[in-house]
Amino acid sequence: MTSPLEQKKIKIAGPSVVTANRTWDGIVVYRTAAKSWSADLSEAAIVRNSDEAKALLAESVADDVGAIGPYIAPVQVGADGKIEPGNLREQIRQTGVTIGQPAQV
Amino acid sequence: MYAYDEIDRTLVNERVSEFRDQVKRRLSGELTEDEFKILRLQNGVYLQLHAYMFRVAIPYGTLASNQLRALAHVARKYDRGYGHFTTRQNIQFNWIKLAELPDALADLAEVGIHAMQTSGNNMRNVTSDQWAGVAPGEIEDPRIWSELIRQHTTLHPEFSFLPRKFKIAITASDHDRAAIKIHDIGLKLIKNEKGETGFEVLVGGGLGRTPFIGKTIKHFVHGRDILSYIEAILRVYNQYGRRDNIYKARIKILVHELGIEKFSREVEDEWQHIRNSSLQIDDEVIEDIRSRFTYPNYEKLPHMPDELRQAAADADFEAWRKNSVSPHKVQGYSIVTISLKPIGAPPGDATAEQMDALADLADKYSFGEIRVGHEQNLVLPHVAKRDLPALWKALDKLGLATPNVNLITDIIACPGLDYCSLANARSIPIAQELTRRFANHELANLIGRLHINISGCINACGHHHVGHIGILGVEKNGEEVYQITIGGRADEGAALGNLIGPGVKFDEVADVIEDVVEAYLALRERPEELFIDTVKRLGVEPFKERVYATR
Repeated sequence: MTSPLEQKKIKIAGPSVVTANRTWDGIVVYRTAAKSWSADLSEAAIVRNSDEAKALLAESVADDVGAIGPYIAPVQVGADGKIEPGNLREQIRQTGVTIGQPAQV
Repeated sequence: MYAYDEIDRTLVNERVSEFRDQVKRRLSGELTEDEFKILRLQNGVYLQLHAYMFRVAIPYGTLASNQLRALAHVARKYDRGYGHFTTRQNIQFNWIKLAELPDALADLAEVGIHAMQTSGNNMRNVTSDQWAGVAPGEIEDPRIWSELIRQHTTLHPEFSFLPRKFKIAITASDHDRAAIKIHDIGLKLIKNEKGETGFEVLVGGGLGRTPFIGKTIKHFVHGRDILSYIEAILRVYNQYGRRDNIYKARIKILVHELGIEKFSREVEDEWQHIRNSSLQIDDEVIEDIRSRFTYPNYEKLPHMPDELRQAAADADFEAWRKNSVSPHKVQGYSIVTISLKPIGAPPGDATAEQMDALADLADKYSFGEIRVGHEQNLVLPHVAKRDLPALWKALDKLGLATPNVNLITDIIACPGLDYCSLANARSIPIAQELTRRFANHELANLIGRLHINISGCINACGHHHVGHIGILGVEKNGEEVYQITIGGRADEGAALGNLIGPGVKFDEVADVIEDVVEAYLALRERPEELFIDTVKRLGVEPFKERVYATR
């Protein structure tokens, strides 16, 4: 897997979002159509071709104070419009670790 | 314990103030992320999948009880109530907020802890034997020399922008618990024929994408010359090390490409220029550092106290004692390894409550001192044998008396894809499943010493190349796939493992490891023949046949 931070060529194979980590606390956020960031994937702006992806990423990169390390990540959009992460990495970023944390063991 | 002086305290406090200002400027937008990144990395702050990760230095793996309490405090106040001890004797917190980091650093600074040079392309935390100063047969306490190097290299301007990160490990025992052969520089403390203290110096070891076992560059460097010799190595590296390709920037690549003979000639030439300079260490300097290490006022105690004799009737206590208690250089005392590998739990993690309780136990039973080992376990280095039964009961209540040190469930694992932005595959769930498969203590004892090391990517933070069984997670067509090696080891006989065959899927890993272990049990000549020795005797093929015959 290419490090998302080194993502240079923008090619997308399906619906995608721009995701990053919020600067002040580091939590996972998604770029919204309203040109802001949200921790809720359902509020993410969906892009469906390279030009759209490039534009959304450029806008996200420009907001350096709001979030860091933006990159394009695949998603799946269900028939009901529900957005789900497109791979394991993004699923873990969205839903958290797949293991019990020690305090919970 | 080492007592920091006013210079150290000033340095640490000034660093906190400096970083507080940098964070403030970053959050206001005055600094861009590109400008800030190198600054945060120099203070141990990474960005991981879910949050910032904060790596705190534990120099040569030695902690005082009040420092462990401070780490517990950080876990509780600024994180999610736990920390992760790493293979380089540091601790990481996974959920830190950037805005709160200066406060966390300030709280740690109160007890002399910092995060300087725990990341970035500089000299990292100098690691050492977790039994330093108490191991029988040790030449002398290697932490004295670790501290010397720490002082010399902390914020050293010439070594703050190296081609890549640089790691040094030191041991003073024949049995290498510090894994010196997989470090950029490995130092083995020895005596020459005149009885003078010095070092065998190894260079160019390392794991990652291109693993190498370190090579001896000089068989004896006198202690007074060790700083100048290390500096000569670093200067050659700084001059010739590649900066154009991150994957070829470590010193191991330079040593490999130049060859050890040419590399050592370059070092020797450089050394002659600086050997008789201010880098030559006066005996007084070493004595000053030595004097700042305090050692317990040991009592004269019997070899076999009544408390220990009586407790021997308890099978559970005996299982723990035989597994986790080791001989101490002082009669009547023991070294106790505390497994941070409970069955089913993430390797190396400890909760704030456990850290606080361990600090109390260290005060009560170990002169207030705790060590961290590269195997991601903790050590109480000075426990009176008479106290072992009481200590065991207390540890058991904390869930910290699993008698699996050096056994198959004592797994080294990196954070993997559950936390790490570089990872391709998960490590911790694999470790958890393996500990459940081999949870039976009798089975684990029957198998004997066997180290499983797991990494979630080729960067090898889980030291998979040198695991007796190594497991490397990769990503293939969107799926987690695991490559399995056998025959690696990280001790004085360090070796890289060999692949046993094609990678296997996440759900199959534990089955494959069970097959490897079953093959070993069938193939070993006698119960005392360790897994690693059977592999050395027979090679990979018999294991490969067993594992892949039905797959």
